[in-house]
Amino acid sequence: MRNFFRNSPTEAILLIVLAVVCLILTVATDQFLTLVNLANLLNASAINIIFAVGLVVVLIAGGIDISFAVAASVVQYVTVYVLAYFGGGNWLLGFLIAGSLGIGLGLINAFLIHYFRIISIVVTIATFNAFFGLLMFITSGRYLYNLPDWWTTRIILVEHQTASGRWAELTLPVAVMVVASIATWFLIRMTTTGRQLYAFGDNPEGARRVGINVAAMQAIAFGWAGMMAGIAGLMQVNFVQEVVPNALMGRELDVLAAVVLGGARLGGGKGSVLGCILGVMLIAIIQNGLNLLGISPFAFKMIVGAFILIAITLSNISFANFNFGRRT
Amino acid sequence: MTASPPAIHFEHITKTFGGVTALDDVSLTVLPGEVHCLAGENGCGKSTIIKIITGVYQPDAGAEMEIFGHKLSAITPTIARKLGIDVIWQDLALFPQMSVAENIAFEAVLGNVPRVVRHSKMRDKASEVLQRLGVNLDLEAPLHTLSVAERQIVAVGRALVGEAKLVFMDEPTASLTKSETDKLLNIVDKLSADGVAVVFVSHRLAEVLKISSRVTVLRDGKLVGVYGTEGMTQSRLTELMTGHTFDSVVAAQDRNDAPTVLEVKNLSRRGEFKNIDLTIRAGEIVGVTGLIGAGRTELGHALFGMSRPDSGEITINGAPVRFRSNRDAIACGVAYVSEDRLTLGLVQPQSIADNIVLPVLDKILDKLGLFSAAKKEKTVHAWINDLAVKIGHPDDPITTLSGGNQQRIVLAKWLATKPKLLILDSPTVGVDVGARAGIFEIVRKLASEGLAILMITDEIPEAYYNSDRVIHMSGGEFTGEYDPRTSTIHQIEEAVFA
Amino acid sequence: MAKTYQKLRDMLGAEVLGLLMFLVVVVIGFGFASPRFLSAANLGSMAFQLPELGLLTLAMLVPILTGGLNLAITFTANISGLTLAWVLQSNGGVDAPTSAFVIGVIAALAVGTLAGFVMGVVIAYVGAHPILVSLAMMIFLRGLGEFLTHGGDISGFPEYIQPIGHGFFLGIPIPLLILLFAAVGWHLMLSRTRHGFAAYMLGSNIEATRYSGIHTKRTLTLVYTFSGTMCALAGIVMLSRFNSVRVGHGEAYILITVLACFLGGVDPFGGFGRVFPVVMALVILQVLSSGLNLLGANQHLATAVWGLFLIAVMVIRWIWNRFARKQY
Repeated sequence: MRNFFRNSPTEAILLIVLAVVCLILTVATDQFLTLVNLANLLNASAINIIFAVGLVVVLIAGGIDISFAVAASVVQYVTVYVLAYFGGGNWLLGFLIAGSLGIGLGLINAFLIHYFRIISIVVTIATFNAFFGLLMFITSGRYLYNLPDWWTTRIILVEHQTASGRWAELTLPVAVMVVASIATWFLIRMTTTGRQLYAFGDNPEGARRVGINVAAMQAIAFGWAGMMAGIAGLMQVNFVQEVVPNALMGRELDVLAAVVLGGARLGGGKGSVLGCILGVMLIAIIQNGLNLLGISPFAFKMIVGAFILIAITLSNISFANFNFGRRT
Repeated sequence: MTASPPAIHFEHITKTFGGVTALDDVSLTVLPGEVHCLAGENGCGKSTIIKIITGVYQPDAGAEMEIFGHKLSAITPTIARKLGIDVIWQDLALFPQMSVAENIAFEAVLGNVPRVVRHSKMRDKASEVLQRLGVNLDLEAPLHTLSVAERQIVAVGRALVGEAKLVFMDEPTASLTKSETDKLLNIVDKLSADGVAVVFVSHRLAEVLKISSRVTVLRDGKLVGVYGTEGMTQSRLTELMTGHTFDSVVAAQDRNDAPTVLEVKNLSRRGEFKNIDLTIRAGEIVGVTGLIGAGRTELGHALFGMSRPDSGEITINGAPVRFRSNRDAIACGVAYVSEDRLTLGLVQPQSIADNIVLPVLDKILDKLGLFSAAKKEKTVHAWINDLAVKIGHPDDPITTLSGGNQQRIVLAKWLATKPKLLILDSPTVGVDVGARAGIFEIVRKLASEGLAILMITDEIPEAYYNSDRVIHMSGGEFTGEYDPRTSTIHQIEEAVFA
Repeated sequence: MAKTYQKLRDMLGAEVLGLLMFLVVVVIGFGFASPRFLSAANLGSMAFQLPELGLLTLAMLVPILTGGLNLAITFTANISGLTLAWVLQSNGGVDAPTSAFVIGVIAALAVGTLAGFVMGVVIAYVGAHPILVSLAMMIFLRGLGEFLTHGGDISGFPEYIQPIGHGFFLGIPIPLLILLFAAVGWHLMLSRTRHGFAAYMLGSNIEATRYSGIHTKRTLTLVYTFSGTMCALAGIVMLSRFNSVRVGHGEAYILITVLACFLGGVDPFGGFGRVFPVVMALVILQVLSSGLNLLGANQHLATAVWGLFLIAVMVIRWIWNRFARKQY
């Protein structure tokens, strides 16, 4: 416990803040602490958490990616057509196609960053626009509703009827989120590759000197982020039951903010799966709470933005001296 | 017993960087189990040759490289590591966000094939190494929470973890205390007894002579020779390293009649220096020497307003001063030439002219408060001529200059502020031996014009021959003062290296 | 011929000459491709479109010079425009007196400046990463704008502000004049003032600059503060040109401003870059944009082209640097 507080101070503080917010909402509203509300919160946040655990790997390796959400939209479209080619497919094929397409798009970023020595923010601003522009141009912004049944059917994992008669359900994206989180945790905590990613993000020159393969690090980081984005895209279609080319626009900033809130650092070497989950959940719970408290939905983004700005300021005050790693 | 091949046998090593020759036909041979010393001044090519042997740099064509009997045409960091070569870098190359255990046992996570990390095994390995070193550190603490000395120990530990058969130690004792250093030297002895060769790169001559059996001396990228340490003296070694037979004349003069420029009374800052009393008169050069970590640079920083002393008084030209930042210090006539020219002394990629005018922007404005190109040019020209700096064009990047000329630019930029007190922190670091005399010529001329100068240096002869007084600093305190006219250089050396 | 070239190069610098030749090629190319390209109408519309993008690019330029980035430029402009709109609306809307306009402009500039100042303080004094801080500010400002406007347009302004967006002075479009003044001002600031000089220096090495007695924290704060002021100016011009304010207007400009800076030779790591080449780059981008438009290219295709163009520019710079280094 003492170690947790010292080695993961951000996660620890986040946990406390989360507990306080939950406590306040429990007292202030009678709907917050209900099974139905909590289950819905989890269902709605699952996709962002899948995105987040992908992105955190890039941040750990010292990069930044803002193209992943748009990449997920591209993956959704291409997957629809590839599945049609295979005559409908199934979940296994869906995961394989979406995952590998995502990896492919991530590797484009990694290649440009590593080979041409372009900073990652510039590369991903460019690929963000290239992906989005081409997608909108080729699809003319068309929505797709005619999707395979297996893809759009809600799969309920656990359900429970509450006393009020409403159903509390956990759906497939939650299970995928759990698997994605465990896989990412395993990669970054338990494998040698994961530790090399931390080392590379922490001190790129030191990593190069001990013989870490720098190109492989970029490829793994952006490939992982791409794969998670592809899978998140697959899940998002399952959740909303349609494919809309600009549905995920802007999601990258929400996810990035949540991951940074969770303790990841621009400049690399820091970040955890727990932090991602806590960051995404905190923002989701605040929005949920504002909603339950009857505050105008137009105010959500403003309040969340202010909250993030304050959080970044506060979390940097104690680390101000270590935070000048501006270069990728 | 068959003669085992040498641990490393490198010949005809040449390395040029964009026209600058860093190494010129150097060779280095180290025997298994030998404690070898690589000696030479800063900038002589020691770091470059280590980087070549460990595969970070590739030598120019014509090099012959052999490691433990394997003839190699090219070395990569992975090959070097596989053949049992490890380095403790001067800048440590550690990972600040990772734990102590992981930094020490980092070896365990290397390799291109992903494997599962066994954290408990890494911890065991790390604690075993720390035990061998006889040090106690919290294995779970993130590295950035450790002191510099502790990080150094971690770096040493990391090299010991691998099955290294040859370890380079690049200034490993620089920031260790005496007892930590002694422990480290014991470890080196033990490694040597186990058959592990150690190549020691160190400034501390006493250490070099005490521990190593042979010493390879480099000067200006060239091999001076390989010598046994039996019968070698410190002054002979200094002579080989610098190429100077120090028959220099003591330049000290009595300045007691000159007005006092700087007066420091009882200045202390926790963990850095304490009870410092210092007076420097106009035209006086005071040398402060001592080991790295003695608090010399920290004192310089405090006098330049970069840190605030906890207690004590600073008086300049009779007026008490209290600096809130270095801007206040500069306004009071203090200038500071940093030991770290690369990252603190100059804004490296920018132009020569811009670097000179940076601290005197106020002086090159026209009536409207905008920069005047003519005034800027005039200032730049005046200083370049005055200090005889060899440059191409004032708009060239500062990186096009040699170390000695860069240092002249640093002096120029500070002299442009018309200082009363000039603090020189290791003014000859990275300056070629030939160019050093030129720097001191300027320094002495400045003093004769009435500037008070505080010169911080590792190089005892530099302090001895160029200062009016030499102060020995140790453990944050002034522990002795020597008048070069009445003391010998050996007295100071004995005090410092004792 | 060779001598004239040499002379021109000495006068303008290699990068400006390169851009100039590129511009000539692009203009000739489009001139042949579309007869309408060199028509007065098209040239006129370019002259009216360029300024808002140009002002935002100037706002982006100086943060990049210091090794940072300001992702909040477009929303800072929106919020400033909204401030002016609010002052006009609450003083009679279409019938608002000129005094209301003057007050509104001052208020708008103040709001933009304040947004920049807050970012600057957090970046300089707290040491948080500029990308994160400006990102959080962007989320906050977007939320604030959406909260205030509920996502709609604000319009209905007095007649007399129209000329700012549409009028001519001495035959030159007024918005172009505003850009010209701003660019000259920015050029003077960067090349002739202490502040500009310090900005370049700290972009290369903040610690060495501080050791030389520059108040680096104040400089960095001012860089973002002035950037905010410039955004406000862009917001005012946008308001007059569209006769309305909508939060999110010009969102896609971020990419183009970054592109203009890098095409104009600004070092992505900071420390080097000049106003004149960046303005040249802007003209090129405007010409490309109008040309593509005339050739009937879809707006989304244009977005993709910008993204790919940014990658191309960075790759060409990489090749150029390698080639130049080999010669050296």
